[in-house]
Amino acid sequence: MMDAITRKIINQLQGDFPITEQPYAQVAERLGITETELLQQLTNLLDQGLLSRFGPLYHAERLGGGLTLAAMPVPENKFDQVAAQVNAFPEVAHNYARNHELNMWFILATEQPERIDEIIQEIEAQTGLPVYNMPKQAEYYLGLKLEV
Amino acid sequence: MKPDDMQLQLIDDVDRRLIQATQGGLPLVPRPYHRLAEQMDLSAVEVMTRLQRMLTSGIIRRIGVVPNHYALGYRVNGMTVWDVPDAQIDELGQQVGALEFVSHCYRRRRYPPKWPYNLFAMVHGQTTAQVEAQIQIIAQVLGHYNCGHQVLYSTRILKKTGLRI
Repeated sequence: MMDAITRKIINQLQGDFPITEQPYAQVAERLGITETELLQQLTNLLDQGLLSRFGPLYHAERLGGGLTLAAMPVPENKFDQVAAQVNAFPEVAHNYARNHELNMWFILATEQPERIDEIIQEIEAQTGLPVYNMPKQAEYYLGLKLEV
Repeated sequence: MKPDDMQLQLIDDVDRRLIQATQGGLPLVPRPYHRLAEQMDLSAVEVMTRLQRMLTSGIIRRIGVVPNHYALGYRVNGMTVWDVPDAQIDELGQQVGALEFVSHCYRRRRYPPKWPYNLFAMVHGQTTAQVEAQIQIIAQVLGHYNCGHQVLYSTRILKKTGLRI
């Protein structure tokens, strides 16, 4: 289902993209294709959604912003309503339903670190439900090793 | 001064504009940094110098493709959470984070007794059986330090946008 070039791009281009005049030409040579082919492939993979992004991945906390993972126990009959309330905050970047009593898990990203607590309080006030704030205390790996 | 505060001083307004211009992705043209320079009214050298500095200082984690696990067929994503002793967590976290099927591995705040788990490892597989085998491997790595664990599978994506800063 996936051709060799796609596989190479995904496996070999998860980091180390050069900061040079013509970086695509450099990478294309390493992959054994032309610069034009590489640009076309990346465009297609992004359009098809096989890649979420292509570019610099920033370290949010080092930019001075706030970032956390939070969880809520949401009654099933209120789930869609609460999801809409939570998702309405632009600071909620990702939100997943999960199979647990804590069944709603979302990532909060804010420009100002102190906004995290404020937003959590606003969500609790709007929904009447507790929010468990689970900030990261250490990071052991952030992957670039998916192999397809 | 915490290390993160020191990092902060390295970012000025121009860096911030550059971050805003690139967080959605790099231009897909032969000379992407020149394209950014034109858009921002800077020189290409300045764009490249600033990106290189942010990469060196860790503000940029990496530059490259971000694969979409789900679209690539890794449809089962399990958030595995483990209760391990605080004294051992750094060593154990490094070992779990190094496993090739673990995409993210963090220590997080616990809420005992309701939520005793402090080690989070995200695993991805094509099938539930594959993910369950991966969980067994993590359990083996943790051995008797594993004081309890759970796996929370995602049942629905409710929202997914890129991080915006």
